[in-house]
Amino acid sequence: MEFPTDLMYTDNDEWIRVEGDIGTTGITDYAQDQLSDIVYLEIATAVGERLEKGETLAEVESVKAAAYVYMPVAGIITEVNEELADTPEMVNSSPFDEAWMVKFEIIDPAELEDLLDATAYEKHCQEREH
Amino acid sequence: MAYIPHTDEDRRTMLATIGLERMDDLYDAIPPDVRFPDLNLPDPISEMEIIGELRALSEANLEVQHVSCFLGAGAYNHFIPSVVDHTIRRNEFYTAYTPYQPEISQGTLQAIYEYQSLVCNLTGMEVSNASHYDGATALAEAVILALSQHRGKRGKVVLSPAIHPQFRQVVRTYTQGMGLTLVGDESLDNGVEELAGMLDKDTALVAVQYPDFFGRIEDFSKLGEAAQEAGALLCVVVNPLALGLLKPPSDFGADVVVGEGQPLGIPLSYGGPYLGIFTTRKKYVRKMAGRLVGETVDSRGQRGYVLTLTPREQHIRREKATSNICTNQGLMALATTVYLSVMGKHGLPKVAELCYHKAHYAAEQIAALEDYSLWHDGPFFHEFVVNCPRPVTEINDRLIDYDILGGYDLGQDYPSLENRMLIAVTEVNSKEEIDDLISALKEITHD
Repeated sequence: MEFPTDLMYTDNDEWIRVEGDIGTTGITDYAQDQLSDIVYLEIATAVGERLEKGETLAEVESVKAAAYVYMPVAGIITEVNEELADTPEMVNSSPFDEAWMVKFEIIDPAELEDLLDATAYEKHCQEREH
Repeated sequence: MAYIPHTDEDRRTMLATIGLERMDDLYDAIPPDVRFPDLNLPDPISEMEIIGELRALSEANLEVQHVSCFLGAGAYNHFIPSVVDHTIRRNEFYTAYTPYQPEISQGTLQAIYEYQSLVCNLTGMEVSNASHYDGATALAEAVILALSQHRGKRGKVVLSPAIHPQFRQVVRTYTQGMGLTLVGDESLDNGVEELAGMLDKDTALVAVQYPDFFGRIEDFSKLGEAAQEAGALLCVVVNPLALGLLKPPSDFGADVVVGEGQPLGIPLSYGGPYLGIFTTRKKYVRKMAGRLVGETVDSRGQRGYVLTLTPREQHIRREKATSNICTNQGLMALATTVYLSVMGKHGLPKVAELCYHKAHYAAEQIAALEDYSLWHDGPFFHEFVVNCPRPVTEINDRLIDYDILGGYDLGQDYPSLENRMLIAVTEVNSKEEIDDLISALKEITHD
């Protein structure tokens, strides 16, 4: 199980990579492992849309369950990973790289302070195991 | 599957667990004097007497075997070859349910797969589900699909006023509380152009009927283009039997085609059970409600059938599902499958042609009567509207004396269509029956 230290996390298993004022997000290795084989993915937003923190940005469905992916912080969508709809299994094989879902302009950097670092997120995952 | 009832010992254990002695103790909360009220029932009679009584009751009904029927309006009297009933009554098939362990019932799944393939052929669409309850709920599911496709960001649905009034009512019931705006059917004057004019960036779906509730046939290509331009989906409600003759709605760019499957081998039976046909394009399949049977190969490489997308709703998507209606009309879908295979690609167009020509003969004859005229002059299929000199209910009451079941009184759904009768003619109506109707109408007008 990977918990890259250069990312920040939500307790709902999204990760966010911050580069300047642009954020990139997807779901974590732990999340894809819990869901198992992902068979369907739909990005529920489009370039130019403004989403608030906690709004749905995508829906994933595995052979076991369906889950929503939420915005870790508020942002204006600048890019959408169109490829994922055709290759949802990339979420299983490369959750932190190839399976990024959207990129967005971060509206309020202060919101980043509420997110978890890798250590805190790993602890959060371990707690749920029990 | 064996049905094993509780034993006396089981009951004693269960009662002891909840601290009761007798079963009657469960009903203590109900006052004794209302627990066993005297029911005003007749004395018991023998099976032979009961059958006599029930037969007398059933003979008091007016049914299409004993009158000439010109009533349609969504449910049509067609000939059903006896092989349809024979097949669906086979022990292996005779249930309304898809089995709970579906893959063990390969025959049932294969029948549904054949049904889906036949319906796709007929509508020209790419995907058919295993069916819904009836045409009305299928239309309501089309609305839900369109809303879901737009992720709830579009809240307007445009309905043609020439869609069956009951279908529109079911859509309203189905979607109440969802905050939708349903427009278009407030005035009969809203034709294709007006409906196209209502499409905007908030419109999720526009729905029309083909042939429409009044029997008219229209080309919806322009509406399809307008819908695409506005980013809205186009739903066409069809009479599947008419598709034996008409070009398929896929030619109009329809995104969803739904319809009442009753004309395809299902008896009138007082309004149901009927069959909800639902077809769409492959790109919407993830938003489609209901079951979908697919063909695959098993571990030994042999052909087999599986439920392809159902588990999403019941076991995986649960509260996130587009719709939780998974039930299909398995037995009625089977009837339609058998009917379509018996009629074949030559038989179905032949039935549709017979309906068309007989209806046009009847329309010409009625239009030639002094006090009657046709309400519209465009192309129609097997149903048409007649302007009558008297209230439709009065005419129908008199037609019964001639053993004729008259047409549908449109005034009950459309106030502006008072004294307008919707007349349906199918392949079962002989020329003599049509001529009898004409002479009866002539006599009735002059009394």
